[in-house]
Amino acid sequence: MIRVQVQDFDINAEISNLSARSGAAGAIVTFTGLVRGGSGPSDIEAIYLEHYPGMTERALQALEGQARARFDLQDVLIIHRIGQLAVGAQIVLVITISAHRQAAFDAANFLMDRLKTDAPFWKAEISAGKTHWVDMKDGDIARAERWAD
Amino acid sequence: MSSVRLIYFAWIRERIGRAEDAFDVPPSVINLGQLLDWLAARGPGYKAALSDRRAIRMAMDQEFAGPDQALKPGCEVALFPPVTGG
Repeated sequence: MIRVQVQDFDINAEISNLSARSGAAGAIVTFTGLVRGGSGPSDIEAIYLEHYPGMTERALQALEGQARARFDLQDVLIIHRIGQLAVGAQIVLVITISAHRQAAFDAANFLMDRLKTDAPFWKAEISAGKTHWVDMKDGDIARAERWAD
Repeated sequence: MSSVRLIYFAWIRERIGRAEDAFDVPPSVINLGQLLDWLAARGPGYKAALSDRRAIRMAMDQEFAGPDQALKPGCEVALFPPVTGG
């Protein structure tokens, strides 16, 4: 299941909902991404996340499908927030459920690495009232390519 | 002539100054790379937004596509920078 939403998410509630539906679950892995702050005077106050309605949801569904085909999963949840988010706010949640832990760990890792390069989201940093669009990191491409078939 | 709906994201939208356009493009424009050339000649905002082609990513009908992708009549083409979510 995938969701793209403005509102915050409750990790515990999402885990409970998902594990209640997964009778054969033996392992739950969660990853939560936060808006990272800093310590200098020019540091960001918030970020703004833009998406491509329609294509973003399709891309996340495709990633879920790839994870299910590749790893032995009971269930998958991906939530990604959009709009303006303050430092410390939750941005992204990935939950993977499997019978044994390795599939859940690997699938969560796979999903986050590939989400970084395959899902149409764009992040701007807001600092002193100015907006700066974030550049893609070469390291993100390298991490995603580790999972190439 | 074929009609194309164009959608812009992030700094590409800001430099062009519009979120989307609908154009009838001439028959000589047959792929996405040629569409970018044609678009860049439409005004200073378009030229500025499209000056560094390495920084532009594209999708046609909501699937990632490259400059050699043939343009389909009535398609939706999105222009955006490399993605930076997560």
